[in-house]
Amino acid sequence: MADLRSNFLGIKSPNPFWLASAPPTDKEYNVRRAYEAGWGGVVWKTLGEDGPPVVNVSGPRYGAIHGPDRRLLGLNNIELITDRPLEVNLREITSVKRDYPDRALVVSLMVPCEQEPWEKIIRRVEETGADGVELNFGCPHGMAERGMGSAVGQVPEYIEMVTRWVRNATRMPVIVKLTPNVTNILAPAEAAMRGGADAVSLINTINSITSVDIDTFAPEPTIDGWGAHGGYCGPAVKPIALNMVAEIARHAATAKLPISGIGGVTTWRDAVEFMMLGASNVQVCTAAMTYGFKIVQEMISGLEQYMDEKGFSSLDEIVGRAVPNVKDWNELNLNYVTKAVIDQDKCIQCGRCYAACEDTSHQAIAMSEDRVFTVKDDECVACNLCVNVCPVEECITMKELPLGAVDERTGRKVEPYLNWPQHPNNTPDNCGWDPDPAEPVQ
Amino acid sequence: MHNDQLTPGIEAGRLSADQIAENFADLHPPLNDHEALVAADRCYFCYDAPCTLACPTSIDVPLFVRQIATGTPEAAARTIFDQNILGGMCARVCPTETLCEEACVRETAEGEPVQIARLQRYATDRLMDAQPYTRAAETGRKVAVVGAGPAGLACAHRLAMKGHDVVVYDAKPKGGGLNEYGIAAYKAPDDFAQAELDWLLKIGGIRVEYGRKLGDDLTLASLQKGFDVVFLGMGLAGVNKLALDGAHPGVENAVDWIARMRQSPDKTDVPVGRNVVVIGGGMTAVDAAVQSKLLGAETVTMAYRRDRAAMAASEYEQDLAASKGVHILYNAAPKALGAGAITLARTKTSNGALVETGEEIELAADQVLLAVGQTLAGAPEILALDGGKIAVTGPGRTSVAGIWAGGDCASGGEDLTVTAVAEGRDAAEDIHAHLMGEA
Ligand SMILES: Cc1cc2nc3c(=O)[nH]c(=O)nc-3n(C[C@H](O)[C@H](O)[C@H](O)COP(=O)(O)OP(=O)(O)OC[C@H]3O[C@@H](n4cnc5c(N)ncnc54)[C@H](O)[C@@H]3O)c2cc1C
Ligand SMILES: Cc1cc2nc3c(=O)[nH]c(=O)nc-3n(C[C@H](O)[C@H](O)[C@H](O)COP(=O)(O)O)c2cc1C
Ligand code: SF4
Ligand code: SF4
Ligand code: SF4
Repeated sequence: MADLRSNFLGIKSPNPFWLASAPPTDKEYNVRRAYEAGWGGVVWKTLGEDGPPVVNVSGPRYGAIHGPDRRLLGLNNIELITDRPLEVNLREITSVKRDYPDRALVVSLMVPCEQEPWEKIIRRVEETGADGVELNFGCPHGMAERGMGSAVGQVPEYIEMVTRWVRNATRMPVIVKLTPNVTNILAPAEAAMRGGADAVSLINTINSITSVDIDTFAPEPTIDGWGAHGGYCGPAVKPIALNMVAEIARHAATAKLPISGIGGVTTWRDAVEFMMLGASNVQVCTAAMTYGFKIVQEMISGLEQYMDEKGFSSLDEIVGRAVPNVKDWNELNLNYVTKAVIDQDKCIQCGRCYAACEDTSHQAIAMSEDRVFTVKDDECVACNLCVNVCPVEECITMKELPLGAVDERTGRKVEPYLNWPQHPNNTPDNCGWDPDPAEPVQ
Repeated sequence: MHNDQLTPGIEAGRLSADQIAENFADLHPPLNDHEALVAADRCYFCYDAPCTLACPTSIDVPLFVRQIATGTPEAAARTIFDQNILGGMCARVCPTETLCEEACVRETAEGEPVQIARLQRYATDRLMDAQPYTRAAETGRKVAVVGAGPAGLACAHRLAMKGHDVVVYDAKPKGGGLNEYGIAAYKAPDDFAQAELDWLLKIGGIRVEYGRKLGDDLTLASLQKGFDVVFLGMGLAGVNKLALDGAHPGVENAVDWIARMRQSPDKTDVPVGRNVVVIGGGMTAVDAAVQSKLLGAETVTMAYRRDRAAMAASEYEQDLAASKGVHILYNAAPKALGAGAITLARTKTSNGALVETGEEIELAADQVLLAVGQTLAGAPEILALDGGKIAVTGPGRTSVAGIWAGGDCASGGEDLTVTAVAEGRDAAEDIHAHLMGEA
């Protein structure tokens, strides 16, 4: 039986599913119920400095993107950090941690960019018995305008500076939460490392406007006729988060930096994907906000079943497993040839593959008078678009041509590995620039 | 010379073997992977879900449906079996139109519920090879279970899981109770009742003795002596009597006819009347009528003495019967039998009472099947009764210490497979607490 226990920076939790710092973790009532529902850990909703708390808008905070049947795919929010007094939060954190010693409890923090407030709040958090701190350098709205959140996260020097202050002030594990609102995630990750962070967590939310009310001419959510950009999260952001996590995990300079993966985790499978790309655990916000705390039960049973089926006994066997297979495009095998194959027993003859291929791709699907759709091997470039637009699972699959087989499109035999820098079309003579060949992988 | 639908009398082989096989195929065929994903996708993962509340065994429907949607139907099956070890059979026979699917919020929203039962079958079908549960350390405690129907089996399995030793006694030569001898053949084809029974028993710790009837050589006193606890899940072995004037060679209790029909592997050798009249308005009447029709009876009439609203069979069941060609005659009470015919008195409800209108009709009837209700038979006399059933309080405690009862034979709850499972399971939990408290 698979062992789901997780140890992240010495912080132990019965499973790798944590709730991200957000409304689900904003108070004791929630966190207790989350633990009871089975969550392995929580990152408490971001605390600010002592004094009058921030004030949230009292109009709508969220905008959403829905798929068919109103399935929530993307959520946008303009909420700030906790709007409850520091004192209350700290008291609740102490009480919860005392009652749930086996669950992870990390406290998220965001105070002005000066050394003293950071040191002050760290001391207060240490008194609660919490397991660690997460520095919120990610919030893209409201707090950023005050020089906090993503305003820090977008400037590597600030990240390094604040992280160092905190590092020097505490022995608690320090996690730096990164904003995705940057051009290259490696710079902030490296800065966090230099500052002494034990780990990074990512992603926080992405700058976004989810929709515009076309009757009132205002972005949504609309506050008294106006709107501001918010932070985007939920299933829609997962691909962006996965890439950023993988970037950190596969680059030599940051490869050893532990990662907590966040962004669109909705099912056990999403969690496995994050972990395979290098995350040691995952944090969840939108899925819990959409379906309730109970959703963790599916994540647990799914991960358990997956591990049992694969014969994995511990999470270590998953974490980073896909990282060696993430490459630069330059390294991909140009001699790898596949062809789309339509399973006629599964095909329902909708013609979507045909529309996609005929109108927008390579005219490689034939349609007979009686609506039978077949792939023309001599035209198919194996782009995979038909697979993605087909409504039936596994109806179109990509079949690999074995070495030596003839690709009917090019008339050439399938040859061994060859990447772009090695390709004859790409010599400096041919393309006018030095392709700087990547290390061949084989 | 072979028979056809017009052959007079009660004869087998009115339809070709192929036609009969087709008629008795799965009423709700299994979902394929694609259908299951599409069906699962409709579930909203409701909070404190109405479907779960409506399920007598409280299966966590939103969780298991989500487990299917996320590609782990085996985990889904575990979720189902945790609550209902006969989740496979229930997926096939539950009248979901009055249970989980009636309560589904998508029934409210679109008049089209999530297909919970079919999804339940999709999941459970994937875990029917190896028994997923193992026994706790043996406790040395012994429990006798009377009846290998849904109640007895659910109770036995749960007790075995807890480490107790169970001996199940059943009067019949085969186990499963009405799963084997009663349920409509097209709901659980391919001998599913026996397959499920074998699978359930794989947990170990359960011995079944067939052909052992409580009341014959087997006495309650001997069970009380030989076991720590006795659980009675003996169903309703008797039937209500219906006294009619006249004689008719083709009169039979519907449950007996169904039991014989169920035991025929391919049904080509089951005799059925050219003109069949079924008396009654419940699930048994519908099943007898529909299956007579599927066997090739030319006309099948279900005569019910009250009106449509009073009928125990659900609207869905009535529509099913009608769609198979059964004619349902409401307000028609049986009066007298004659040669190849039955006379019915038309009735109406007047001031809350059922009265005859004076009008009578005569129907051709080569075969008359009586489905006017089952009754408790053979229950030990020391037990208090309540409304003709063994009186129980809480999780199946009878009036006598050390004896529990559940399923159709016990008071409370509807007479359904799923209810019997719930009662057997809950009694087992109570018995376990009792046994361990003693220890
Ligand atoms: C024709 C028919 C169709 C039905 N269709 C459905 C349906 O579609 N869906 C649904 O949910 N429910 C249906 N039901 C009801 C359902 O079958 C019962 O509610 C359920 O089987 C009750 O389970 P049980 O374990 O209490 O009793 P049973 O299934 O009746 O099992 C009792 C067992 O005890 C044994 N037994 C009886 N007396 C003794 C004795 N003295 N000594 C030893 N053993 C004894 C019997 O042989 C039998 O095996 C139907 C019932 C009938 C009659
Ligand atoms: C309403 C809301 C409030 C949030 N507040 C915070 C916060 O206070 N601190 C923080 O670090 N992240 C905050 N986040 C971001 C989440 O922690 C998380 O990084 C992000 O939502 C991506 O994960 P998801 O796709 O699972 O939602 C918030 C998100 C939402 C939706
Ligand atoms: S998209 Fe899929 S189902 Fe539709 S015609 Fe093409 S192969 Fe068939
Ligand atoms: S056991 Fe029956 S009532 Fe319960 S969820 Fe399954 S099909 Fe519905
Ligand atoms: S009521 Fe319907 S939609 Fe809601 S959880 Fe149950 S099956 Fe799903």
